[in-house]
Amino acid sequence: MIAIVDYGMGNVLSVRHAFEKLGEKVIVTDDQITLREADIIVLPGVGSFQAAMKEIYDRDLYHILIELADKKPFLGICLGMQLLFSEGTEGEATKGLNLIPGTVRKIDTDFILPHVGWNQLTIAHNQPAFTPFEQAFVYFVHTYQAKTDDQYIVAKSSYGEDITAIVRKGHIFGIQFHPEKSAEIGSDIIQTFLNEVKQ
Amino acid sequence: MIAKRIIPCLDVKDGKVVKGVNFVGLRELGDPVEMAKHYSEQGADEIVFLDISATNEARQTIVDIVERTAKNIHVPFTVGGGVRSIDDVNRLLQAGADKVGINSAAVHKPNLVKEASTRFGNQCIVVAIDAKRFDDGWHVMTHGGSKDAGIDAILWAKQVEALGAGEILLTSVDADGVKTGFDLPLTQAIVDAVRIPVIASGGVGHPDHFTDVFQATDVSAGLAASIFHEDTYSITDVKNTCIKKGVLVRET
Repeated sequence: MIAIVDYGMGNVLSVRHAFEKLGEKVIVTDDQITLREADIIVLPGVGSFQAAMKEIYDRDLYHILIELADKKPFLGICLGMQLLFSEGTEGEATKGLNLIPGTVRKIDTDFILPHVGWNQLTIAHNQPAFTPFEQAFVYFVHTYQAKTDDQYIVAKSSYGEDITAIVRKGHIFGIQFHPEKSAEIGSDIIQTFLNEVKQ
Repeated sequence: MIAKRIIPCLDVKDGKVVKGVNFVGLRELGDPVEMAKHYSEQGADEIVFLDISATNEARQTIVDIVERTAKNIHVPFTVGGGVRSIDDVNRLLQAGADKVGINSAAVHKPNLVKEASTRFGNQCIVVAIDAKRFDDGWHVMTHGGSKDAGIDAILWAKQVEALGAGEILLTSVDADGVKTGFDLPLTQAIVDAVRIPVIASGGVGHPDHFTDVFQATDVSAGLAASIFHEDTYSITDVKNTCIKKGVLVRET
């Protein structure tokens, strides 16, 4: 069973449908017992880093998310991906879940923001499972991005500066774009994540 | 690099897709969800629903359409038409829309754009601007392009950006339905005025019209309705034309 963490940051309907389409059983919840029973944790989200961390504290999810990420496959999507990092600089500097070292900051580009639309992926050489997605187009909508060490980067994109698109640290994954809105490619990327963590 | 987006627009009236010429003379075409699905399978980068029954008539049916679309379509979609309050925005986002378009209500109540973008994020608030050429420049039009709001379109574009719009959907009332191509001077003027993505709309009759606007201006996306609905050209035809002329689009 896949648990999508419900913490009030944006509509999770599409993320849910994306996993269900792949034949997965999905539950949307903020209940700690249910989260503990899940095989895979998905942290979605749209909105601001600061507001999201506040929701996580208010719902008493901070410690359990860190504990679950230690044991189970964990996927952050969009804002959920950014929360995996040490710190966000949107608004006031805010501590994140600190599961992957790095900082979330505004995209440094001459191009217009938000970075919205279909952009192409470049896959890191040491990530063979993701090489089929080299040059694939996926759908991004964001103004902030995670800066982290190259060792955690699975895929990048380019928008006046390098954009961190997919990250991985062991069984913890983060996807900056919206795989649930990236047509068939997006579905294939979610399937690749599932294959990697179910091995 | 980021691709130019090709967006089919479905004008919905009382739950059915229709398309007017110069906003009058409507005729029925089909089921919005089926059509949106068809276009997304063909490679549409995004879908726009415009509820044109909304300004004067009931619009509950659009919420059902949004819910069904969210379940069946895996590309982003925007819903606009008759959005007048924070509650309207919230209802459409909760039903599964990725973005909500605000048109006339933004003109009458600019604060709605600010409230909506603060509460739901800039990225999901699209301000639709219908512009028409007059002797002293382009004016913002309301009521389906029929009523002059007496506001300069370029100044208005800057203002909605400042209020928090994440994107502008720009329709040329002069070009709409005429099929001789996008209004290039209007599009360029608005793109130059703001630092948010602009979607050009109105006037497409041929795939070349997309490459014309992408090569002449820095617009982010092009939107069309009737050439797709009438099966004159498919999304694939438009994308192939773009590729042939060196415009970067998402290949499917």
